[in-house]
Amino acid sequence: MGKIKKVTDYDMEQLIGQVLRYGVLTAGIVAIIGGVWYLFQNGQGTPHYTEFHGEPAGYTSLTGIIEGLKNGSAKEIIQLGVVILIATPILRIVFSLISFIQEKDRLYIVITLIVLLIILFSMFGGLKV
Amino acid sequence: MNILLFTLILLLGAYLAGLAGSLTGLGGGVVIIPLLTLGFHVDIRYAIGAALVASIATSSGSASAYVKEGITNVRLGMFLEIATTAGAVMGAILAIYTPVNLVAILFGVMLIFSAAMTLRKKHEDALQEGSKLSYALKLNGNYPTKDGIVEYKLKNVGGGFSLMTVAGVLSGLLGIGSGALKVLAMDTAMRVPFRVSTTTSNFMVGVTAAASAVVYLQRGYIDPGIAFPVIIGVLAGAFTGSKLLMRINVKSLKLIFSIAITLIAINMIYNGINHKF
Repeated sequence: MGKIKKVTDYDMEQLIGQVLRYGVLTAGIVAIIGGVWYLFQNGQGTPHYTEFHGEPAGYTSLTGIIEGLKNGSAKEIIQLGVVILIATPILRIVFSLISFIQEKDRLYIVITLIVLLIILFSMFGGLKV
Repeated sequence: MNILLFTLILLLGAYLAGLAGSLTGLGGGVVIIPLLTLGFHVDIRYAIGAALVASIATSSGSASAYVKEGITNVRLGMFLEIATTAGAVMGAILAIYTPVNLVAILFGVMLIFSAAMTLRKKHEDALQEGSKLSYALKLNGNYPTKDGIVEYKLKNVGGGFSLMTVAGVLSGLLGIGSGALKVLAMDTAMRVPFRVSTTTSNFMVGVTAAASAVVYLQRGYIDPGIAFPVIIGVLAGAFTGSKLLMRINVKSLKLIFSIAITLIAINMIYNGINHKF
């Protein structure tokens, strides 16, 4: 009879390490693809960042970014890379939560849930304005 | 200057920012804001968006290695992230009511503080007896050294937690990782050994920055044309830095870097007071 392997902190550390590594790599690759294309299209234009305009809705919401991706917009591909980058540490929390559930560490299940809720509030809490 | 040239210079700047940030432990965001605002006259709000992106990139990139080595205290980081993320959300709300020139001045003050913190001597000894709360919250841990596994305990959990909230607010307001304040909270207040406090701080920066980045993305602070050279440059710089770290003496480098960012900080404060932002 094979013994069921107990999930330890070591396993969690390895898992978190992988999540962070692949998240950052994916974000970087997507940003490079979008960036090269963006330069190909706009490289000769003039940058205008001295005044703040705020980005148009296309770059600031997930639905806007997905809409832009359908049209093959280079800027939206970059924004997708940004979203993947921002999602990486959030995904890390989700994986920590799963690990704590497997370890049956109640205290840390609660603590991790609190952190996750704060971030969800930040995302959907209408803090935009 | 056209977009191609702007991108290439920014790419180089972000590379150096990531390199310096990883060698000194200050993170990539600290250099990005002055580079964009003082160097390119970019609006400070775009610079804050870029710095957040840079902070997440450097934190996640280097944390992946430290976590696997078992130096980072994941439970301690998770617990303190309640304070930093809540602080970051408060900071992002406060940002609406804070004039940009005040943001620039605060950023300058924070830079000088960070420079001083880089040069400060840190605690290396492990505490043998922890406070009651440290046991209750399972915050004590161990980490590998060349002489074997070292067990450590910590104290003053409340003090550390409060300082972390402040670190979170500043991170949300200024777009930086507030690594210096995080280390202060863990090193001075909670007495976490130096190697653990720096890696755990770095581990927390990504989540803290993400908490406010989701707000700033929706506010339109993150521009794709700035974000992509920053992400790529900072990641490549941080990667080079982590390879170099084993081979070079960072002591003199830290001193040079501290003097440099203090001068930049004075410049930021001066321009902030004169309403140049």
